[in-house]
Order: sequence, then structure tokens, then C-alpha cells
Amino acid sequence: MSASVRVEGLKKKLGPNQALDGVSIRLEAGKLHGLIGPDGAGKTTLLRTLMGLLKPDQGSVAFFEEGAPASFMAVRPRMAYMPQQQSLYPDLSIQEHLDFFRDLYSLPSDVYKSKKEELLRITRLEKFVDRAAGKLSGGMYKKLGLMCALLASPAILLLDEPTNGVDPISRREFWDLLYRLREQKILIVLATAYMDEAERCDQVHLLDSGRLLTSGEPRTVLDEEQAPNFETLFMKRAGAM
Amino acid sequence: MADIVVEVSHLSVKFGDFTAVNDVSFSVKRGEIFGFLGANGAGKTTTIRVLCGLLVPTEGRVHVAGLEFTDDTAQTIKNKVGYMSQKFTLYTDLTVAENLSFAASLRKMSKARFEERRAALFKFIGFAQPPTALVRDLPGGLKQELSLVAAMLHDPDIIFLDEPTAGVSPVSRSRFWKLINRLSSEGKTIFVTTHYMDEAEECHRIALMRAGQLIALDSPENLKTTAYPEPMWEITPPAHADPAWLQNLREVAHGELQPYGMRYHVSQVAPPDWNKFMDRWGGTLKVRSIRPSLEDVFIRLVEGKER
Repeated sequence: MSASVRVEGLKKKLGPNQALDGVSIRLEAGKLHGLIGPDGAGKTTLLRTLMGLLKPDQGSVAFFEEGAPASFMAVRPRMAYMPQQQSLYPDLSIQEHLDFFRDLYSLPSDVYKSKKEELLRITRLEKFVDRAAGKLSGGMYKKLGLMCALLASPAILLLDEPTNGVDPISRREFWDLLYRLREQKILIVLATAYMDEAERCDQVHLLDSGRLLTSGEPRTVLDEEQAPNFETLFMKRAGAM
Repeated sequence: MADIVVEVSHLSVKFGDFTAVNDVSFSVKRGEIFGFLGANGAGKTTTIRVLCGLLVPTEGRVHVAGLEFTDDTAQTIKNKVGYMSQKFTLYTDLTVAENLSFAASLRKMSKARFEERRAALFKFIGFAQPPTALVRDLPGGLKQELSLVAAMLHDPDIIFLDEPTAGVSPVSRSRFWKLINRLSSEGKTIFVTTHYMDEAEECHRIALMRAGQLIALDSPENLKTTAYPEPMWEITPPAHADPAWLQNLREVAHGELQPYGMRYHVSQVAPPDWNKFMDRWGGTLKVRSIRPSLEDVFIRLVEGKER
């Protein structure tokens, strides 16, 4: 199943704060989409709204399967969300986490077995299956969170700052992993505050204070804004405000 | 030596069977911005916690502000160091004023001294929000600056910053580093960890940790020269590149190829024939000679080893 999402005029107020202020974007299947912006830009609110965890005040989120309109309830079982604060269990091992999520997703044992082997291989965590989550390094912890999200073979994968606080090498490994997932035609939407990661996405959506600054291929966006990189682009924009 | 404010010799810290810090020695000078880098789990935070007197070393000696930690000196040392931890440690449901007043009471500061310091630090960071604002309503960058103020209320000589800018916007990160540079020029010593390699460029010296050991200690420029004695080029892909392009670049680069955002970095002792390569792939391809970034250095020195 290939899934895509169309977001139109999304508005959401959280307390006194206008977290989303009229955001419209298209998220196409098989592409890696980056929601790029600083703290408070509205990235998490947008992801939570896509996931159905928040109701928008205004605007709509429409889902499509193979190009045809689909209800949220039809798509929801194929959606996975990795929040910024992951709810993993520090005293459970990698193996125990995977077993636990197998039960949550009610996966048949043969499906689970092959999926688990594949995930452990691509994350290179085979050797650490017995290590408790609380004793994993930052990068390994993030990979475990991703594995739990991927166990149910989602068509849409939402990742909220998956590489925050992760060292440069682990970040690269994580990105290699994302590229492999993209080959499987998964729609990946990733929020990040790292401007160099913006360059690695297929499509970027630049957010600031709940508004969409611009959308497009990274290179096109940089050319249009006449900026050498996204860091400079944000500095310019901030200076202009 | 009076100018050395932190001295660590043969420091080891063990947690049960696990050696978090393994025979590490270095010293930090007054006014220095000392960057402490390494993969997650390399032992950075453990070392900082020892230097702040929060952990007792298993082996080795540590001098901070000229003193060794004992029951008698611990309080004196703690008065001279400030610590801003990795996790945001202010209370989000208290106001700015309440948080700072709480931090001041922990330090047993007099009211007059607290108010004087608070005013000076607000001026220093250019804090324009009302002190009655709830901390949870502040933008990320301001929260970090406020954490810095809380860590500096007692006017410490040495400030430990553990990933102070994680998740903060580029503008706020740049502001924060201006503050750090000003503190350093006023003679404060800054000991900072970060995963942002562009920030590491601002450090006077960098210590690189791997699996509990110190594997390099030098200025950013010297680290680059040591890690990459050979020249390096940055390759910007041609617009609408066909897949064969990258394969050809791999051949030209003999495997010494690192993705770098949408670009690539290639290092070679003998310069490849770039003219031929550019002719083949057209005018929008860009090749330029560059200095390695600290991210290149980090990856070459830490990559592939047990972390």
C-alpha cells in the first residue's frame, strides 16, 4: 500500500499559543519529507495532528491509498509514530521490547520472526538483543524506538526529532536506515532542528512560528532563497522579521 | 601553575564492571573554551559529573580551581563552578523569577547579592521577558539562556555546559555562542559538550573521547591537519543527476567518500582528474577544494571503532 496525505489550512491553538497558523502541505508516498524548523515552529503539533492525537481547530487532513481517498480509520493501522520522548522501558531488553510490541500489534509469529531478523540486521543491533534499553547509548536507543515503530510494517512513518542529542556517526547510521526504508515506498515524515538534515530530505517543509515558510526540494528551495544552506536561510529569515 | 583551572590526571570511573572513563588526563586553562566531544556513551557526562563533585573517581586525581575534592574543599569548589546539565532543569510551572529565586536559595545567596547578580545577568543575556512569565511559555532558546543564568547566579569561575543547545534554533544557538565567547573574554572558563560540529569550531581546544578514553586533544585547526593530512574536495551533485553519477564519483574517490548533506566530501592523497569528471557530468556539477569540517574529523577518528 502506498499512502499519501494532503493537509489544508491547518490551525491549532494550544493554550495561548497559536501552534499551527494555517499550514497546507502535501506528503507523497515513497518520499522522505522533512519538517524543518526551530523549537516552537509547530513540528510536533503537526505530527500529532496527522496521527489523530490532536483535533485541528480549522482545516483538514485527507489520506489517500494508491491515489484514492481513504478514511483515517482505514489508514491508521498502517501508521507509526515515534515521539520525541520515547516510551521505552529502561529495564526491558531489546528482545523483550520487540516481543512486547509483537503482542501489542498481534503479529503472527512467522511474520514477527522475519520482520525482527530484518530489523535487527539493518539496525546492526543483533549483538545487543539482551541489553536493557536503559543501558543503550543514545543512538542505539533511538534505533530501538524506530524498530518498535517499524515492527507493524507501516506505510506512513512519523518521526519527531529522531536524531536530537545523537552523535554525528550515529546520526549518519540513522539516515542510512531511513534511506533503506524509503526504498520500500514508505512515506516518511521527519521533524528535525538540524539544518544539515534538511538537505538530506527529498522534500522539505520549512516551518516557523506555526507558519509554512516554503516547501519543495531542498536544492530548489535554497536556489530560490539564494542561500548556501538552511542554517543561513533561517538566519536570514529571522533577521528579516 | 596559576593559569590551570582544571587538572585531570589518570582519571578512571567504573560503574560495576563497566568502565565509563578510562585513564584520562588533561588540563584546562583560565578563560579557555574547552570542547568535550565524543559519541553517545563515550564518558563525557561522567567526566563532567566528577569535575562538579557529583561523582567520586574510582582512580586518578582531579583538581578544580586549584583544589582537590575532599570533604573540606568540596563546598569551596562548588562555589567556583556552575553546571548546566543536559536535561532542562528549570521548573516549567514556575515563573522566571521563582526559578531564579529558588536557585539562589539553594546557593544560600543573600537577597541583595541575588538581586544584584540577577540584574547583571539579565543585562548580559539581554533578557526582555517579564520575570512573571511561566518558564514553560518561553521559546526554547530563551529557556536555555535562563538555564545559563541559573547556573551562573553565584558568579562561578568555571562553567560546565552539557549539550546546552540541543534542539534550539540556529539563531538562538548563534546568540548562545556569542554569550559563551563573551564569558571567555571576561576570564571565565567554559567547559562544553555538544553534538553540533559547527559549534565545536568555536572552541579553543577540543578533547575527543571514545569508549572512555581520550583519543585526541588539540585546537580545531590542528585536529583537521592531523586527521586529514591529505587534501579534501566538496562535490555538489549536478542538477537531475542520473544514478550512474554517484557510482562514477565512488570510483574517482577510491572509496574515500562521505555524504555531507546534499553534497559529498572526497579526500585523496593524489588529486583525482576533476576536469575529466566535470566534463563528463556537465556544468551544474561543482567541485571545490575545502578544509575538512570537524564532522569529517570526528567521523574519521571515531568511526568503525567500538564506541
